[in-house]
Amino acid sequence: MTPIPHETTHASRTAGISALLKTAFINALIALVLFSLMVGIRTEAGSDGQLTYWTRFGDLASLVAAVFGGSILIELLRQWIGSTGTEKLVPPAVKSGMSFVGRYLAPALLIFTLLVPVIFYNQRYILDLAILVLTYVMLGWGLNVVVGLAGLLDLGYVAFYAVGAYSYALLATNFGWSFWVCLPLAGILAAFWGVLLGFPVLRLRGDYLAIVTLAFGEIIRLVIINWQELTGGPNGVSSIPRPSFFGIPLDNSDSGLAARLGIEYSPTHRIVFLFYLILALALLTNWVTIRLRRLPIGRAWEALREDEVACRALGINTTTTKLTAFATGAMFGGFAGAFFATRQGFISPESFTFQESALVLAIVVLGGMGSQLGVALAALAMIGGFELFRSLETYRMLVFGMAMVLIMIWRPRGLIGHRAPTVYLTKAQAISSDLVKEGHG
Amino acid sequence: MSRDEILSVDRLTMRFGGIVAVQDLSFAAERKKITALIGPNGAGKTTVFNCITGFYKPSDGTIRLAHDDGKVIALERLNDFRIAKQAKVARTFQNIRLFPGMTALENLMVAQHNALMRASGFTLLGLIGAPGYRDAEKRAIGLATDWLRRVNLLDRADDAAGNFAYGDQRRLEIARAMCTEPALLCLDEPAAGLNARESAALSELLLSIRNELGTSILLIEHDMSVVMEISDHIVVMDHGVKIAEGSPREVRDDPKVIAAYLGTDEEEAVAVMEGGS
Amino acid sequence: MDYFAQQLINGLVLGSIYGLIAIGYTMVYGIVGMINFAHGDVFMIGGFVALITFVLLISTGLTAIPVILLVVLLVSMAITALYGWTIERIAYRPLRHSFRLAPMLSAIGMSFVLTNYSQVAQGARVKPIPPFITGGYTLHESQDGFVIQLSNIQIMVVVTTIVLLAIFTWLVSRTRLGRDMRACEQDQTMAALLGVNVDRTISMTFVIGAALAAVAGLMYLLYYGLVDFFMGFVAGIKAFTAAVLGGIGSLPGAMLGGLAIGLIETFWSAYFSVEYKDVAAFSILIVVLIFMPTGLLGRPEVEKV
Repeated sequence: MTPIPHETTHASRTAGISALLKTAFINALIALVLFSLMVGIRTEAGSDGQLTYWTRFGDLASLVAAVFGGSILIELLRQWIGSTGTEKLVPPAVKSGMSFVGRYLAPALLIFTLLVPVIFYNQRYILDLAILVLTYVMLGWGLNVVVGLAGLLDLGYVAFYAVGAYSYALLATNFGWSFWVCLPLAGILAAFWGVLLGFPVLRLRGDYLAIVTLAFGEIIRLVIINWQELTGGPNGVSSIPRPSFFGIPLDNSDSGLAARLGIEYSPTHRIVFLFYLILALALLTNWVTIRLRRLPIGRAWEALREDEVACRALGINTTTTKLTAFATGAMFGGFAGAFFATRQGFISPESFTFQESALVLAIVVLGGMGSQLGVALAALAMIGGFELFRSLETYRMLVFGMAMVLIMIWRPRGLIGHRAPTVYLTKAQAISSDLVKEGHG
Repeated sequence: MSRDEILSVDRLTMRFGGIVAVQDLSFAAERKKITALIGPNGAGKTTVFNCITGFYKPSDGTIRLAHDDGKVIALERLNDFRIAKQAKVARTFQNIRLFPGMTALENLMVAQHNALMRASGFTLLGLIGAPGYRDAEKRAIGLATDWLRRVNLLDRADDAAGNFAYGDQRRLEIARAMCTEPALLCLDEPAAGLNARESAALSELLLSIRNELGTSILLIEHDMSVVMEISDHIVVMDHGVKIAEGSPREVRDDPKVIAAYLGTDEEEAVAVMEGGS
Repeated sequence: MDYFAQQLINGLVLGSIYGLIAIGYTMVYGIVGMINFAHGDVFMIGGFVALITFVLLISTGLTAIPVILLVVLLVSMAITALYGWTIERIAYRPLRHSFRLAPMLSAIGMSFVLTNYSQVAQGARVKPIPPFITGGYTLHESQDGFVIQLSNIQIMVVVTTIVLLAIFTWLVSRTRLGRDMRACEQDQTMAALLGVNVDRTISMTFVIGAALAAVAGLMYLLYYGLVDFFMGFVAGIKAFTAAVLGGIGSLPGAMLGGLAIGLIETFWSAYFSVEYKDVAAFSILIVVLIFMPTGLLGRPEVEKV
């Protein structure tokens, strides 16, 4: 698959500089019209409510010039690479090397992750970032059950994250229940909401399913914003208790873990603990998912993604199969939510917008639907990449959106483009993703 | 219904809006026999199949299935997956419906879903790796292996079903249906798209299913060589009604059948009916 | 009763705006079978372009309101249509025969791009304009002093919507382009074999959808008197909900769904609570889909076995 299919006939490839310039000129012209008013003129509301404007023709000119130069560059690159696409560019030796790397990538990654707090003990920023990445790895793995395995589209996954977070926050602040009691409860409550969402969508397909899940996510968020007596509305819930080390607080007090172990207290202890906590939760998600895939329920999920009619003809109850997928995915989302609440100490509806759902879905799709390793790599790339652009500030989401478009064009089927069988007689062979359906849900 | 009948269809009618696809159709399929449903395109055969297997709810009429132990089930009252699960009716599809992204073995494991689900304690026992489930899974793999051998696909057990050639996919779909351990196997045009050699192998497979396992078979088929060779009983439909019924020989000589197949040109019709045999 | 009538008018006006955006969703879905998540942001761009054109025209000293409106309408339609064309070209065309989720995520990415592009280019603050079209009619005045009012801007929104719908219906049912569009909707490969330029037809679909969204953006600007960079998200979700409610792929369904969402929102705000108006709209969507899984006017999906 070529990254950007284009009229790459032989003639156009050998076409001279004039054709190149013509394309670039047309692109620049289009850019000029597109940006003329939006960039060329800047409006702002004055103090008296009157709208003023000023021109920015310099910015406009440089943008148009950038488009002109960019199109020449892209066109040249395309001619240089040719229309063969990336597949054929990879020589067999590199390919076998890659499969070697692939086999040891997951264990290597796991060992590295386990060592992160040791290596970066004094770098709080990296530890925080690693915790964030792991949270998204967990969310991605959770959503992967619904989207990647069962093939049901869910645009409102953040709702379960929110349910988990608020469950813990409210139970802990109102009743003083500990994190370890609330964690399973948060998961159960989220799973319950997953089933609740599952019921109306059982008969829905494709885009109807998409909008209902999206609407569900929005409903949860709007209820959280407006039900102020319970949730604190837009102000959120604050001073959520931090997790304890199975009952022993991680603080500076005499009964704290540091004092009991007889070591000097450091706030990093808690960060390291949180790191291992989310790592354990994520690995639990991974372990359960891998286990479930090899059980009849997991095979039924995948079969559902492949062909729902055939499932029914084989006596599989598609209703319970779909509901268990929603419930399982939601439960993991709920766990992640509870962790998020305890880590932040403060939550508000702002953390649970559609953008979060889109981000997690992007991680799953970029990872290669159904691939656990792919999802982990995608979360690392997306969240890590997003952090890299922190300095860009307002441009950050702009760059992020562009990256999403480009990544989809580059790899529509994700990073890991094959499916591993769940059972084998003689040899497990990877199945090309071209054969794997993506479900109609 | 008599003791020898496994399936009894009585005055079945199926309407879609104003169109009557099947009208007042009655026939029976005998236990441990192969019954064929034939007729020209658009005669309503697949509609009958979809009524029997629960994909359509009949507008009128009854469909009774009698298990070996004498239990009688009203199929028109069951829907969807329950026909396969409780009534033990398995089916294949005219346009093959395998799980293309799963291996042949996985396809056959999915077919044993309900048995494995029970064995896995509805997932909980399976999740903790209870030995009972492991044994059940081994048995399931054993049954699947057995069927892969029967349909001659054992060496391709770990290949994705979507990669199989057309004829292999047809056989795999039959094996998958058989892995549900059905009382009645319904096959929708199993020989469509097969070459002569593959058709012969198919006939052999179906006969062995009947003879060795005693599974009753109901099939829709256009390939007369297959139908005439293996059927014990043939029901002929045209325009939604039954026009003839009987043994292969009786049906072959029935002028109504010949007329239905090729209008007035009797000679050609005879050629079709005798094709291959 | 008077209160009810007033809310009915308000609801229909809001519904018209939603309907215009919903048509863009439904057209694109009908032809390429994807949800154009960026469409709400195209509507927002339409509103911004209209605003900037207004500001420029007023600064030239032009005072003839009809002339200003006409120029603003044409400029915002033209530029927004070009946005629609470019988006399809960059983000969707390379993925046309790809897996279903890829174009959807590409569209979500495009939506982020457009939202933040206009935030970067025009700032995050809400941009108000002075009321252009003022006045109206008092339809009825009851004893207790409650009046039903129909403002000129409301009349304009509804009339514009009706006129555009008429033009649009004519375009789809009577012209060559409309025939090509319907052909592509049925079967792209076959349409191409019969000499339909599929690429151009799809491009034109995006162009028309964006132009209608631009009109909706202009109407929104005139009706509410402001635009901001984030307005595309909410309006887009509402309009998409409208399209699905009406039965996605169905043009009359989109308009009907738009009116339904507009009315639900307005009445819920008027009689129950403003805070939960969106919750009401989404809940009703879910309830309708439970009983009519393909929306109000959508073709029922026949399961082929």
